[in-house]
Amino acid sequence: MIRSQVLICGGTGCTSSGSTVLVEEFENQIADKGLAEEVKVVKTGCFGLCALGPVVIIYPDGTFYSKVKKEDVEEIVSEHLLKGRVVERLAYTDVGHEVKEEDIKNISLNDTTFYKAQKRVALRNCGVIDPESIDEYIAMDGYAALGKVLTEMTPEQVIQVIKDSGLRGRGGGGFPTGLKWEFTSKNQADQKYVVCNADEGDPGAFMDRSVLEGDPHCIVEAMAICGYATGATEGYVYVRAEYPIAVARLKKAIKDAREYGLLGKNIFDSGFDFNLHIRLGAGAFVCGEETALMTSIEGNRGEPRPRPPYPAVKGLFGKPTTENNVETFANIPQIIFKGADFFNSMGTEKSKGTKVFALGGKIKNTGLVEIPMGTTLRDIIEVIGGGVPNGKKFKAAQTGGPSGGCIPASLMDTEIDYDNLTAIGCMMGSGGLIVMDEDNCMVDIAKFFLNFTVDESCGKCSPCRIGTKRMLEMLDKITEGKATLEDLDELEKLAYYIKENSLCGLGQTAPNPVLATLRFFKDEYIAHIVDKKCPAGVCKALLNFKIEADKCKGCTLCAKKCPVGAIVGTVKNPHTIDTAKCIKCGVCMSNCKFDAIIKG
Amino acid sequence: MKSLAELAAIREKMQNKVVIRDGSSEIRVVVGMATCGIAAGARPVLNAFVEGVNEAGLADKVAVTQTGCIGVCQFEPIVEVFEAGKEKVTYAHMDAEKVKRVIQEHLKNGKPVAEYAITNV
Repeated sequence: MIRSQVLICGGTGCTSSGSTVLVEEFENQIADKGLAEEVKVVKTGCFGLCALGPVVIIYPDGTFYSKVKKEDVEEIVSEHLLKGRVVERLAYTDVGHEVKEEDIKNISLNDTTFYKAQKRVALRNCGVIDPESIDEYIAMDGYAALGKVLTEMTPEQVIQVIKDSGLRGRGGGGFPTGLKWEFTSKNQADQKYVVCNADEGDPGAFMDRSVLEGDPHCIVEAMAICGYATGATEGYVYVRAEYPIAVARLKKAIKDAREYGLLGKNIFDSGFDFNLHIRLGAGAFVCGEETALMTSIEGNRGEPRPRPPYPAVKGLFGKPTTENNVETFANIPQIIFKGADFFNSMGTEKSKGTKVFALGGKIKNTGLVEIPMGTTLRDIIEVIGGGVPNGKKFKAAQTGGPSGGCIPASLMDTEIDYDNLTAIGCMMGSGGLIVMDEDNCMVDIAKFFLNFTVDESCGKCSPCRIGTKRMLEMLDKITEGKATLEDLDELEKLAYYIKENSLCGLGQTAPNPVLATLRFFKDEYIAHIVDKKCPAGVCKALLNFKIEADKCKGCTLCAKKCPVGAIVGTVKNPHTIDTAKCIKCGVCMSNCKFDAIIKG
Repeated sequence: MKSLAELAAIREKMQNKVVIRDGSSEIRVVVGMATCGIAAGARPVLNAFVEGVNEAGLADKVAVTQTGCIGVCQFEPIVEVFEAGKEKVTYAHMDAEKVKRVIQEHLKNGKPVAEYAITNV
């Protein structure tokens, strides 16, 4: 009889920090201590707190161990599993206040500040079940929603529930999902399709990957429900080849579902057939755009095509198609199972439910969080995210990746939902949230994203292909201190031109990072152009390192560390930097013990 | 699988195995598993609780866990039962047979077994 379960995160984050060896080591140690009959090791999907990986949770106590190494396993097994004593040095106990020693045992995961403010719907099974076990998914009410729609509901009723729930597309656009399904259902055709967009391309975003890795069956179930509602019998999941763990688990999920008869012919004896296929994307960002994605599934070069006709009319292989993002689908089984009210009771007036964000950049708790719509950015960053590390000041948060904008510190109390973000010239995007502190240069950030879109533009239309390239050149000029204020006006003009004239979403949103930073951080652009200075000290062409003579003790350390011999001086006398030789690597500054070296 | 009944059967069968991860149990049964406890026979007691709680269908309500030395080693194996809003009940000199009665009378019917308890019940 199993009395205790050891859950080990097998998501990509924890796998790369070494969780695979932990699984093996736990199994060995447990067998060694003769506990194999009592304790079970389960490899799950992502718990969310990737910054502290590899993470291990032991139930029924719910003790959360972070940064567990192979060497720690023996201690955990012999102390916690054999003798029932929590290994305090590894236990994660951040509940926002000091914890008394005797209370450590009673802290459950849901009490910690990272989890307390979260509400898990799309991620409900991630980190809870073994994603490779269809039985565990079923134990969590899996496939009950599919059973319900096939035996009790008409397709129209299913669509009505989704419409009532207020669910909007989680891929970034925010289009009402129920409406999208209804469009496809109303178009008659001999064949219709369901497509799941798992081509998550935004730098720093990993929501969809985590859902596929942690709960692949919910996508299988949701797509079958969508197929029933819209009249489709074939589905495709388009997923990046760079997500090997997600692909492997999805493949197994499809195979197991087929064996159980939850995919295939005559599911639940209802006469409904549904089949699912996987297509691997080669990592082109443009393939996240729905028409390009379908062109790629068809076996052609991934290029977008003009809309209309929309996919609901003429989509994959020229047939009516419903395309939704992974996270959108992940909400569907819960909405059907628990009803529209369960979902629309969360969130704001026009944005219902929850949203998953991938927290990255200058933040303590890097990882995956799911919050009700309407949570403020301040709560996400300061409470759940644990704030900006190293005592630095928060400057802005970037959302929506290369298509999105940024939210400055002054708007930190904005309640996150689709409409509020659009109102401040930002966008929800798929959920990447990159935090920046005072050391980030906003012009440099805009340049980074432009660089990305220039690389990823498919080249089909000239506003995007040529326009983004010209914008990048202007940004280069600005960061090198060679631009004029007229260039800045030109940059803005061109940005709007590209937005209005590009063929697809990639080009139409590519200028957003520039426009958003111009809106909130124009002073930084002007500092680069007029004062020839980079206020954050990032843009190398505008940067000079100087030694303050009164602080320099002449210890010679900087001169020894300088890779190009640009620092001269004699022992116990102030040193100087030869700016002609200096490559601005910053080694001198980080090594100086007297803070004598400054950026200027 | 052709029917909802089959799906429900799998769910029933598996639910006991995942319910432990819920973390919202109303009652916590804690078995003292330090050297003193183990030497006095705490392991069969622990296993009897795990099995008995599952058989009685109480797995969603009761979490069986272990702890270190409780401090009164002469009374081992010791079992403590915590329930929100109620005084802790401590049982002493437990064995697998006594466990059955505690599950039936205390965990299921809410009446602590005074005979085995060393706290006032």
